[in-house]
Amino acid sequence: MAKPKVATASLAGCFGCHMSILDIDDRILKLAELVEFHKSPINDIKKFSERCLVGIIEGGCCNEENVHVLQDFRKNCDLLISLGDCATMGGLPAMRNHVPLEECLAEAYLHGPTVHNPAKQIPNDPEIPLILDKVYPLHEVVKIDLHLPGCPPPADAIWEVLVALLNNKPIDLKYGLLRYD
Amino acid sequence: MSDFTFTIDGVEVPANKGQTILEAADAAGIYIPRLCWARDLAPGGHCRVCTVLVNGRPQSACTHPAGPKMVVEHDTPEIRAWRKNVVEMLFVEGNHYCMFCEKSGNCELQAMGYRLGITTPKYPYMFPQRAVDATHPDVMVDHNRCIACGRCVRASRDLDGKNVFQFVQRGHHVRVAVNAEGGLGRTNLSAADKAAQLCPVGAILVKRVGYAVPVGRRLYDVKPIGSDIEAKRAATPSGK
Amino acid sequence: MAENLEKVIQEVTARYGKDRTRMMDIVREVQARLGHVSGAAMDLIAREVKSHRVEVEGVVTFYAFYTDRPKGRHVIRVTDCVTARMRHVDEVVAAFEKELGIRVGETTPDGQITLERTSCIGLCDQGPAALIDDVPVTYISSDKVKSLVRVLRETGDAKKLVKTLGEGNNALDLVHSMVINNIRKRGDVIFAPFESGSAIRNAAAVSPAEVIRSVKTARLRGRGGAGFPAGMKGEFARNAAGDRKFLLCNADEGEPGTFKDRVILTEAPDLLFEGMAVAGYAIGATEGILYLRGEYAYLRPYLEHVLEQRRAKKLLGKGIAGKAGFDFDVRIQLGAGAYICGEESGLIRSCEGLRGSPRDRPPFPVERGYLDLPTVVNNVETLCCAARVLEKGAAWFAQIGSEQSSGTKLFSVSGDCRRPGVYELPFGLTVAEFLKEVGGDDAQAVQVGGPSGTCIDRGQFGRKLGFEDLPTGGSMIVIGPQRDILDVAAAFMEFFVEESCGWCAPCRIGNVLIRERLERIRAGKGLPEDLTYLEELCTTVKKTSRCGLGQTSPNPVATTLQNFRKAYEAKLLPARQDGRQPTFDLRAALSEAVRVQGREPVAH
Repeated sequence: MAKPKVATASLAGCFGCHMSILDIDDRILKLAELVEFHKSPINDIKKFSERCLVGIIEGGCCNEENVHVLQDFRKNCDLLISLGDCATMGGLPAMRNHVPLEECLAEAYLHGPTVHNPAKQIPNDPEIPLILDKVYPLHEVVKIDLHLPGCPPPADAIWEVLVALLNNKPIDLKYGLLRYD
Repeated sequence: MSDFTFTIDGVEVPANKGQTILEAADAAGIYIPRLCWARDLAPGGHCRVCTVLVNGRPQSACTHPAGPKMVVEHDTPEIRAWRKNVVEMLFVEGNHYCMFCEKSGNCELQAMGYRLGITTPKYPYMFPQRAVDATHPDVMVDHNRCIACGRCVRASRDLDGKNVFQFVQRGHHVRVAVNAEGGLGRTNLSAADKAAQLCPVGAILVKRVGYAVPVGRRLYDVKPIGSDIEAKRAATPSGK
Repeated sequence: MAENLEKVIQEVTARYGKDRTRMMDIVREVQARLGHVSGAAMDLIAREVKSHRVEVEGVVTFYAFYTDRPKGRHVIRVTDCVTARMRHVDEVVAAFEKELGIRVGETTPDGQITLERTSCIGLCDQGPAALIDDVPVTYISSDKVKSLVRVLRETGDAKKLVKTLGEGNNALDLVHSMVINNIRKRGDVIFAPFESGSAIRNAAAVSPAEVIRSVKTARLRGRGGAGFPAGMKGEFARNAAGDRKFLLCNADEGEPGTFKDRVILTEAPDLLFEGMAVAGYAIGATEGILYLRGEYAYLRPYLEHVLEQRRAKKLLGKGIAGKAGFDFDVRIQLGAGAYICGEESGLIRSCEGLRGSPRDRPPFPVERGYLDLPTVVNNVETLCCAARVLEKGAAWFAQIGSEQSSGTKLFSVSGDCRRPGVYELPFGLTVAEFLKEVGGDDAQAVQVGGPSGTCIDRGQFGRKLGFEDLPTGGSMIVIGPQRDILDVAAAFMEFFVEESCGWCAPCRIGNVLIRERLERIRAGKGLPEDLTYLEELCTTVKKTSRCGLGQTSPNPVATTLQNFRKAYEAKLLPARQDGRQPTFDLRAALSEAVRVQGREPVAH
């Protein structure tokens, strides 16, 4: 029987949650026996060509591309895991949610204390995805099956969740694995 | 000797006249979750996390006096769900960024989330616009994290005798204000005041002490909130 | 306007004995003279009454009618009550906005007029209505707005807006109001002729304990809605330790759709004050307070006059009815726009000059109430009933109505019926009989007991109005077949979000969340699972909230989910297969960026 497939992506995140996936250390070998990684920054597969059992998403949605990637994951994965605080509640990027977009851009590219931008231009290349009015937690954009918070979630928590899912067992994290920091 | 007994989830609990349900439960090693309650403070009844059923009627355990033969239900699936919902409400009402909050690990709201197994609130985040008051040399107030539990209000009034804090506005606009036009720095609050110490979250913080204990080795990093109370029960022979 | 701040504060606080428990009056008067209560004024008030600035700020910002910011010389407050919405109040508001050139919440540039919305003001049978300063203005239509604004601007006196006087005492000089009583049905208890002193004389002839016994024998229950036996409440207070006790009358009817107390206060204040004196005698209280909702401030001069007359007739004051030791007097405490003060412990706090957040019980007010002393809080109608029990006897009273609900009940009737107004009817009639009486036979629903009560469908019109089946504080809103029941529920949720005191988490936050999900469904973006979400949310708020407000505020949604589920289901989207959240609208989420960056989204 073919191994179940797992896809991952980082949206408006810092890749810290992906680092935490890798932090499962030598268990990564065992994981490689259990599953096959499909579309993921880990192997640089760019497009879905097969259906996946699990999609793991780090980061919230801060721009249009994030939304499209997330919707693509929803379409191609049976289960979606919202991994880390940015995915579950917006995280650090969501601090801009209290500031109107125009002010955010002006602060970032024109008036911020460390800005050097003699041309006074806000990046506006047609290739750059447009920014959303605020950063959205993933479950406000698509249905999410499982949330695992943390900044990042501990590697042990990620391991426990994956193993439980793959073996169709209930998830029961021991104290200290569910965390928000 | 106790004055009388009552039951919590079928367990007989001794109590004295004048004791609240929560106090009697604590003494008996039964932890009823709570956020706005603090030892030495009059109960406030704000957070409602300690809601129990008393003879079938919902009451807050922190304010309701224990009575002879009272039948209290506390750790039932129904009540656990109410508590979880209320704590989730508090998470979406404010801006709780645990990842950079210096209270993380010592925060009672966060610890309650852990204890109740909240992975993410089912309610939509409100992302309110709230202010930070850094005008005081030794204490700061970050309203983003305030859960309107009123501990600072009660502590300043009843323990410090200063009335530095009070609620203003009403309904979902309620916030804690300080007793001066120009912010906390214009009040007579001192970092040694109880009001500066008792905040359950990172809304009122004494400056320059936040990282004395590193994240990961803090109170609730290691043990669930309420463990100290539950340990009492485990230690007594009648405990299960 | 340019009165000296310091002088004003000193005068006002001195008038109230520099007593901080009179904060409601102090703030009201300072605002009346200065237009608003500034931070500087708060500092001075705090200094004079030995309080704290932030305590004063807490009070000023709690009540809708107080303000810490400058407003116009005149404030127009248009009611946002559901009954007014049924009569297109939104068009009236739009007309005001157009005429004044401002939006709701704003003040005209010349500083003359501020436009606001306010919760129910007790004029649901003659709406859309507004309070312009303290003056109630009824039956406003958009074409009248122009002249209202013109007269207000020209005369600078809201009283000049009163062209036609209402009937009965509304026409008295001391009231001078266009409000009408609309008494559609008079019963034997409240609206029958009454000879002042008759109940007091009968009470004075027997012992206080016997007065309580009479009220018990009459099986009188509280008229505010909860129906607690009035005699028992009185007895608790009578037996409570202490010599100083209080009798408070709750005239803060704020439940949308309720206006019966307004009519009692206008037409039968003697009966009410007689009831207060009798109750004071029974429980051993010599001091009474009438807590009059701020919306009824226009009735105050008349009520003060009635109190004066009664003092002159020895029906108030010392040695009432010539009996040594029968001492009782009443002061009027004005509220300032807070529904929560209709909750008895919130009312007590307000009388003490505090924010109107309720207290935890126990201890109950009968043990520790106003100023921590034994206190009975009774509804206006209850006290009128008590007077009548003493006048006519317990047996007479008990034979009216039904077994568990003796006497008559006043119903405030509004909404989609031909004869809105006040009805005094014996308890025990069915909803169908009631609808026939008021001309609302084709109703699809009746909101019994206001938004905190229950919304029943036609299948339940056979139920009886009374404590044994359908209790009600008197608000009866008839909902016609043309209405969308979800619009009604939404208006009610708006009310509770506005009126929650904010003390406890589930009521403060939960009501906002209920409203959000209801709005989602109304916008056609609800999913089937949103109904269970709402049910669980409603239950949590009801079970965990601290006082009666939060324990009933989900009812508009909870009871319609139960009785009108199809109305919800009709608006839901089918369960989705693509897993996308219908509430997320990419186009809308990008609109700001499109505007700011001046280009279209990257094509996908």
